[in-house]
Amino acid sequence: MAKIASAFVSRLVIIIPYAWLLFFFLIPFFIVFRISLSQTAVAMPPYTPVFDLADGLSGILEGVREFSLDNYIWLTEDVLYFNAYVSSVVIAAVSTFLTLLIGYPIAYGMAQAPRSIRPTLLMLVILPFWTSFLIRVYAWIAILKPEGLLNQFLITIGVIDQPLIILNTNWAIYIGIVYSYLPFMVLPIYSALEKMDQTLTEAAQDLGCTPITAFWRVTFPLSLAGVVAGCLLVFIPAVGEFVIPDLLGGSETLMIGKTLWNEFNANRDWPVSSAVATILLLILVLPIVYFQNVQAKADSEGR
Amino acid sequence: MTKWSRFNIVSVVLGFGFLYLPIVLLVIFSFNESKLVTVWAGFSTRWYAQLWHNQALLDAAWVTIRVGLLSATCATVLGTLAALALVRYTRFRGRVLFSGMVYAPLVMPEVITGLSLLLLFVAIGFDRGFWTITLAHITFTMCFVAVVVQSRLLSFDQSIEEAALDLGATPVRTFFAITLPVISPAVFSGWVLAFTLSLDDLVISSFTTGPGATTLPMKIYSQVRLGVTPEINAICTILIGVVALGVLVASIVTKRREVQRERDERAAFAMVG
Repeated sequence: MAKIASAFVSRLVIIIPYAWLLFFFLIPFFIVFRISLSQTAVAMPPYTPVFDLADGLSGILEGVREFSLDNYIWLTEDVLYFNAYVSSVVIAAVSTFLTLLIGYPIAYGMAQAPRSIRPTLLMLVILPFWTSFLIRVYAWIAILKPEGLLNQFLITIGVIDQPLIILNTNWAIYIGIVYSYLPFMVLPIYSALEKMDQTLTEAAQDLGCTPITAFWRVTFPLSLAGVVAGCLLVFIPAVGEFVIPDLLGGSETLMIGKTLWNEFNANRDWPVSSAVATILLLILVLPIVYFQNVQAKADSEGR
Repeated sequence: MTKWSRFNIVSVVLGFGFLYLPIVLLVIFSFNESKLVTVWAGFSTRWYAQLWHNQALLDAAWVTIRVGLLSATCATVLGTLAALALVRYTRFRGRVLFSGMVYAPLVMPEVITGLSLLLLFVAIGFDRGFWTITLAHITFTMCFVAVVVQSRLLSFDQSIEEAALDLGATPVRTFFAITLPVISPAVFSGWVLAFTLSLDDLVISSFTTGPGATTLPMKIYSQVRLGVTPEINAICTILIGVVALGVLVASIVTKRREVQRERDERAAFAMVG
């Protein structure tokens, strides 16, 4: 009896979080997809439901006949959406590359640091992640403004005489993404580099490699797992980023997260925003699945 | 031991400068006398005093704290269960889907999570407001808790659990007597992480909220859109202070517990040996 009870309890460990995630994470995607196939209506909620489970099988079949791809056709007809998808992916890719360029030397420097101060350095990288994302993006507005702190500083030291226009351009978005996501890049690279056997580079150098060749042929390939994990952690959320393009970007900046938000909040067009979300998810499904595999592999190695 | 070269020191110092300078500037200018955020005009705490008279802001802060406490606590329970399921049950039906659902929310763009949860709440006819924000926060923060707890469970010596089971303890009793005390620092930092993520969230809250439930980030966002003001700097500074204090306390508690645990383990080994 006790055995049956404990087997039941151990099942619950799986069942409770499983059920929660199914209901609150997976099923909502199907609802999004369903609503993306429905018609916009002036009502609350502002769409005509395609089908209702209460209608039974015939009702569902009826509903399936009423599925409409109108919203998707609408997305292809308006070049704005296509441009927004393309520029989101391009901005996210450029930002990911810049984050890697800045994050790698930091991670490398940390991994080379004396063992005693490494935990402190690690804490210092994690700490900004705990402070509000919104606040950290907001902090950049005062810095990048035409009359902001960066321009004041550059004019005072005499580098420029006219203020640089950075805020409300794509450069501000790159800076915002690099800044906000930097810890996500540094941490996995650092943990890959820290595990690495230092004697390997020494051996390469003893065998006649210059430090730079030794880096490219030994160190970098060994840290590749961390680099891949870091890039995915930056790229995937950056494609759908809303706060950064909204606060730092200009009116001409198109990013799909912002488009979706406007479609939803300003135009109250739920079916079209659902279609926008569905396509965004389709674009990201490959990187997300790849990320899950990387993560699952890292776990089984940690065992 | 290789020397910490100049190049490495410079890149670490520059990197940390980049990470911290904007936050430091924001804090400094919250004490600015002038209404202009970018021109220093002397020290003043008037913007902090003004916050106390902003009732809408205080209400929003109260909603945010309640959502944070409730959602972080539920997320910690669910996330710990999810971590146990992932680490202790290497084979069950649908495990691939399960681990996928735990990892995907970590990278899922917030606009998608927010929209999909909203449509779920509308579909089941749930009144939107405090509770829907809380449910949404539990869902996305539990995955972060799961990852934090999971990494602790992976480095856990399972033989002491097995010993407890062999000595006749039920799995539930073993969990509370052995497993939980050992993983408690990770569970605690998972809770702090969930709480700060909830405190922070703008996009998911904005999608899932209803009339009457405005959180602090939503309030800050609507003011930021109108421009940078020292008052916002002051709220942000308070938030940063709260979070920094929380993290500091968390790390001291964790450290203490770990030292205590090591001491206990040494004592136990000494007794056996």
